[in-house]
Amino acid sequence: MAEEVKLLKTWSSPFGLRAFWILKLKGVQFDFIDEDLSNKSPLLLQSNPVYKKVPVLIHNGKPISESLVILEYVDETWKQNPLLPEDPYERARARFWAKFGDDKVLASIWNAFIKQGKEQEEAIGLAIETLKFLEEELKGKRFFGGEKIGLPDLALGWLANLIGVFEEVIGVKLIEKERFPLLSAWMQEFAEAPVIKESWPPHEKLVTKFRAIREPYVAAAAQPK
Amino acid sequence: MAKSDVKVLGFSPSPFVMRARIALKIKSVEYEFLEENLGSKSELLLKSNPVHKKIPVLIHNDKPVCESLIIVEYVDEAWSSSGPSILPSDPYDRAVARFWAAYVDEKWFSALRDIGSANGAEAKKAAIEQLIEVLVLLEDAFVKCSKGKPFFGGNQIGFLDIAFGSYLGWLRVTEKINEVKLLDEVKTPGLLKWAERFCADAAVKDVMPETDKLAKLRASAPPSS
Repeated sequence: MAEEVKLLKTWSSPFGLRAFWILKLKGVQFDFIDEDLSNKSPLLLQSNPVYKKVPVLIHNGKPISESLVILEYVDETWKQNPLLPEDPYERARARFWAKFGDDKVLASIWNAFIKQGKEQEEAIGLAIETLKFLEEELKGKRFFGGEKIGLPDLALGWLANLIGVFEEVIGVKLIEKERFPLLSAWMQEFAEAPVIKESWPPHEKLVTKFRAIREPYVAAAAQPK
Repeated sequence: MAKSDVKVLGFSPSPFVMRARIALKIKSVEYEFLEENLGSKSELLLKSNPVHKKIPVLIHNDKPVCESLIIVEYVDEAWSSSGPSILPSDPYDRAVARFWAAYVDEKWFSALRDIGSANGAEAKKAAIEQLIEVLVLLEDAFVKCSKGKPFFGGNQIGFLDIAFGSYLGWLRVTEKINEVKLLDEVKTPGLLKWAERFCADAAVKDVMPETDKLAKLRASAPPSS
């Protein structure tokens, strides 16, 4: 039976981008649909009834949701260019850092992005503390996955382009080269890697989008209390 | 393998710690259980999980593994030749199990916590209804995953049984304290019977805390470890 692989994502979602990257890195033939989240397709609603979110991978008619679940599924189904190591302990570490990225890094950076005034200062402080763990983890490594890109790199990869967007919108540098030399080097190396560099959403379009997202938070903070 | 080669740092009432212990029992792995005092964390815990400083931590030949579901996958892979498999063998079934396990940790956990933190009868009633909606979704997942067999994992306890079943002690405490039936014959008949089987299983019964003991412990919400 011919393989049918379809990816539902959006033009800007970092979670969708992860799934896009792994399929490209594995050389899998696939179609993708960029959803309009204000007008979700029947296919999306039917394929992810629990969350109604992107990304969704549909493989021969069977849907898989949640980006980290999709990454592991793709890695297990198409064995070429493995993103997870063989050794169980190293696999556990890879999964740990992927989860850390989503649970802690993303949340702390988002707070630094949307909060204002004193709250923003505190949020930035917390984000920097969180990023220090990533800096530490990169010691002696080119990528989080070691010599080549692995699961945690795909999971954390959004940092390599969205940080620049957030920094431009809020006018504050979050990842300074002096404080985070290894993380900065990783961001550059990851951003320029084959497949990755061809797939970044347009910078200006992202700046416009995230500026608009931040507007209501700025407006709310400016209201007299 | 000597018992001291495998240690679990934990806190008996914690559902997350239970997950690690059930997995080790399924694989017949002997281990040393070190009960932590969460008000005064041990040096070993702080050294083994410097990022989160949380339990459970599995230490195998001095190498620490953190995050309960990552520990369960690690145990399954590190002792793959011992005892039944914890995760299904088919990649799609694995993706489904991981999806629902992530759902449990996100939606089920926050719904359960909302009941504990609800102020007043109205809020409590709404929170309970919310939780029951989550259970109805999980009932549907149970029917689809079990395919008529006793557990989510089939004939034996698997990954999703462990992920959700570890909360049953706290579910029962919530039922007792709020004088409500959360699992019932009408809305969740499959889960109702599954819960009995899970708690009676050889891999579970010695590590499932007694409802009365948990009820006494419960100041507010279930422990977040």
